Amino acid sequence: MHTETIDHGNAEKPPHLRFQFSDSARQFHAAKFGMWLFLGQEVMFFSALLCAYAYYRNQFPVAWSMASHHLNTTFGLLETINLLFSSFTVALAIHFVRLGKRTITSVLLFVTLACGILFLVMHSYEYYTEYHEGLLPGRFFHPEAGWHMPMESAMFMSCYFFTTVLHSIHVLIGVGVLGVIMVFNMKGKYSPAYYTHVEIGGLYWHLVDLIWIFLFPLYYLVA
Amino acid sequence: MSLAVVEQAPGHHEGAEEPDYIRGKSGVMSWVLTLDHKRIALLYLATVTLTFFLGGVFALALRTELLVPENGIMDAMTYNRMFTLHGVTMVFFFMIPAIPGVFGNFFLPIMIGAHDVAFPRLNLASYYLFLAAVCLGVWGMIHGGTDTGWTFYTPYSTTTTTTVLPILAAAFVNGFSSILTGVNFIVTIHTLRADGVHWMRLPLFIWALYGTSVIQVLATPVVGITLALCAVEHFLGTGIFDPARGGDPILFQHLFWFYSHPAVYIMVLPAFGVASEVVGAFTRKPLVGYRMIALSTFGIAFVGFLAWGHHLFTSGQSAVDAGVFGFLSMLIGIFTSIKVFNWVASMYKASIVMTTPFMYALGFFFLTVFGGMTGVALATISLDVHWQDTYFVVAHFHFIMAGAVVLMFLAALHYWFPKMFGKLYAEGPAMVGAVLVILGFIGTFTPQFFLGNEGMPRRYYSYPAHFQWLHVASTIFAYILFLGLLLTLVNLIVALVSGEKAPNNPWGAPQYEWDIPSPPTEHNFPATPVINRDPYEYRGEGIIENAH
Amino acid sequence: MILAAAFYNEWMRKLLNLPPQASSVAEGVDNLHYFVIAVTTLVSIGIALAALVLWATYRNKGKGTVGQVVHPGLSFEVFAISGPLFFFLLWFFIGFRQYVEMESPPDDAMEVYVMGKKWMWKFAYPDGPNAVGVLHVPVGRPVKLLMTSRDVIHSFFIPAFRMKKDVVPGRYSELWFTATEPGSYEVFCAEYCGTGHSMMRAEVVAMKPDEFDTWLAQQRNGFASRQQDSAAATEESPRVEANMVLQGQRLASEKGCFKCHSVDGAPHIGPTWLGMYHRREHLSTGETINIDEAYITESMMEPTAKLVAGYGPVMPTYMGKLTAPETAAIVEYIKSLRNPELQAQPSEAATYEPSRR
Repeated sequence: MHTETIDHGNAEKPPHLRFQFSDSARQFHAAKFGMWLFLGQEVMFFSALLCAYAYYRNQFPVAWSMASHHLNTTFGLLETINLLFSSFTVALAIHFVRLGKRTITSVLLFVTLACGILFLVMHSYEYYTEYHEGLLPGRFFHPEAGWHMPMESAMFMSCYFFTTVLHSIHVLIGVGVLGVIMVFNMKGKYSPAYYTHVEIGGLYWHLVDLIWIFLFPLYYLVA
Repeated sequence: MSLAVVEQAPGHHEGAEEPDYIRGKSGVMSWVLTLDHKRIALLYLATVTLTFFLGGVFALALRTELLVPENGIMDAMTYNRMFTLHGVTMVFFFMIPAIPGVFGNFFLPIMIGAHDVAFPRLNLASYYLFLAAVCLGVWGMIHGGTDTGWTFYTPYSTTTTTTVLPILAAAFVNGFSSILTGVNFIVTIHTLRADGVHWMRLPLFIWALYGTSVIQVLATPVVGITLALCAVEHFLGTGIFDPARGGDPILFQHLFWFYSHPAVYIMVLPAFGVASEVVGAFTRKPLVGYRMIALSTFGIAFVGFLAWGHHLFTSGQSAVDAGVFGFLSMLIGIFTSIKVFNWVASMYKASIVMTTPFMYALGFFFLTVFGGMTGVALATISLDVHWQDTYFVVAHFHFIMAGAVVLMFLAALHYWFPKMFGKLYAEGPAMVGAVLVILGFIGTFTPQFFLGNEGMPRRYYSYPAHFQWLHVASTIFAYILFLGLLLTLVNLIVALVSGEKAPNNPWGAPQYEWDIPSPPTEHNFPATPVINRDPYEYRGEGIIENAH
Repeated sequence: MILAAAFYNEWMRKLLNLPPQASSVAEGVDNLHYFVIAVTTLVSIGIALAALVLWATYRNKGKGTVGQVVHPGLSFEVFAISGPLFFFLLWFFIGFRQYVEMESPPDDAMEVYVMGKKWMWKFAYPDGPNAVGVLHVPVGRPVKLLMTSRDVIHSFFIPAFRMKKDVVPGRYSELWFTATEPGSYEVFCAEYCGTGHSMMRAEVVAMKPDEFDTWLAQQRNGFASRQQDSAAATEESPRVEANMVLQGQRLASEKGCFKCHSVDGAPHIGPTWLGMYHRREHLSTGETINIDEAYITESMMEPTAKLVAGYGPVMPTYMGKLTAPETAAIVEYIKSLRNPELQAQPSEAATYEPSRR
């Protein structure tokens, strides 16, 4: 494809610069700006769910708090710390890729990845317990005998499952994206002059983390 | 020459013509995997033409059924599926993607002096998401279709036994297509403007696309998640919108209209943008009130987010909520009226060239003002109590959405046809088609205002006999409208096959895109241009042939 | 003058193809309607004509002619904004005032329970018969409809009254009107509800007050009701009882309400029902509320949503365990416990539609 670049006369065009951009700085700015817009979209995505959450919590405060007590707060806390730590490592990865330290960057990306996977494993275990306790949402809500739970607690579990599964899907996508970036990094695709993918991948990961920071108190710590 | 090309590429010889974007490459793969925004625009054009035809066939079947009070050509269940599919196809597969997908993609980079959009691969991905949505939708239709109405109100949509899931999935996927297009356009406008194109030099079509994109990015995810909740509820019984489990069906309506009210502006703002371009081109003088038209776009986009509650006046909303939503809805009308006044004022002391696109614009003025003001009438709360869910609403939104959007889609198609394909069409049949389409629209939907006044509810398969004569009138004009569209289609296909070669600027229009060859070359400009004039600055005598 | 106004009203109504004005709000709404539609039509046609005239006047006189650059001053933009704004806000205020009136039923309104289901309308009078498809109301007296749905959302629409309200499952919505002209008026379901949506029609029969009283008395005798509303009796389960208060009392004991609620003012696990209707109660959240039909219904469906201070969240939900008419009957029963005098049931009440059990 001869059309990938257009000759502007000035010979030294870096290979990563696409034809529609006049310089690297602008291309980097565009990628980052695009990611921010996408994150804005993600926030709206979750905000609709938080609306539903707020509305029903206001309607059924008792049912809400009773159901919340059955979530595993310790696990939730560990998951929160785990994600916060991974946000820290991905921030460090961006720092080191800027300095051109390829190996450290790879290691940090790998740690982030591992944290993401650990989060998914822990959350799966939580779902597994809830399944056993009969705490599935909607018409699958059959809490074990002896628990006195209002029927509206099923609504809590519906909101909880829908929101956290959606969040977990985001974590999964994040893990995939960071994995690809890690491989690219090991192949030497990035340099202090060009590290766009690492930067926007990191941005995405921070958002996934941020959403969890909101979800944790909203679902696990209902008074 | 007003569009100065600096930085002349050293290897570029005068006269060594670069091939245009259509002939530049050949083979199926060069189209299927193209990253060129102009070719992607043509892919969109082919797809939305098909979906428009599909939606139109559904509409004609509906109108034919309504010729008689009951037992026409289909049964109630078929009718219910038919109006749902008409709505879904027209809203999600035609009106939302049509103007941004086709003309936005084609002209946005050219109008800001860029070689392409910021993310060409994302652009292609948007198209394929759209195509996937259409395929999912058609697949759902083949498997019986659904009967929920395009609004998918719960608990009907969560309990219906028809195939609602593929249709919901189609709307969801289509949402992602429009979000990604929105992101792409905003970034392109921010980062790829050529030197000299400062913000107050952006063509008004670009401003309109900018406003549209903002709404797409902020509102579409909300409906995406709402439809996902609806789908999950349908097969898992999660109960979020199910009153039997403590859920509230009205919450669905709030979340749905939080998107779908702004979505009206996703459809209509690009149409306003086209109107500005057409008026700017054929009045042969600078547009009146450029700044006001541009700013009012954002007024509409902003207030559009705050008015969704006017769809729920009869749902048991409190009087206070109704008052607030009613008040805010009134403000949107102001921003639209600013635009209309400025367009009409632009004709004062102008030198108007009557062409097919301008004829469409004249029809558009009437349809938009009447459609828009009946919208304000509907936002008048006590009147809405009578009109809500009647044919008055149907007539209103067909005037503003279908009338304005379809008319401006056709105007854009005729206006930019020579640039896009390098061919001229026959003016006579095009003009006859335009007049038939405009009269057809007015004639089809005016009787429906009267039907609504009399109390005819929408989505009725059968009706009391006293409504019949108005239905018959509406149906007759629907066929005239169809005839006009058919004539237009045939005329443009003939032009495509055997039209005369178009000059670079057949209209003598002042906008930037007419300076480059028709059809444009693969990267639009031989080098990054510098633009040193305003977009509607008419450049004096005659038609300027582009110096090449 | 009055004659001219009446003539104008009638002429505009016919021109706009509006149905007769048969409720107390209809004429006011129509007057606003004429105003809004007249302005809308004049402005749209005016703008279209202006565009045509401008086109005819300023046609291009040959290739190359250029228009004159005109910059209208600030006054043009001010006009473009304030002109429409004036009309829009005027309409808003008139419309809002009318809407508030439509939303505020008078205290003495006669209540009728309405239940929408696929695809029929059922009406139940607190002290009278049930009916399907025909709602009898007296002319000149306010009537309040308490409406709910058994399945999906419907909407109760009486074009001649200019009235409409959605009927939502799981909640009660209110609609009130005063019929002004005797006659029979169409009722449509205006919210799409499935295959039979367009056949979900009913009829409002507005009768002169004395005729209505006679009709109601006849219904009480049970003699006419078997002819008039036999559909209601045969279609609905045999549990239908004519007197909703009695039915409510029976249901309350069947469903075990009296295990926790007393009806004589004695303290128990739950609040007593005696005098509960229109009592002001403090909630556990600190709010004070007025106990009305909506609150009673909500407390049956979502007992934990709003707890009266001092009581625990122990009541089970009756969502799905009570049908809408049963809920309505229990609400009516609780309302009948307003004061000791009313507690004595009218003894003849049971005779007009004998229980079939």
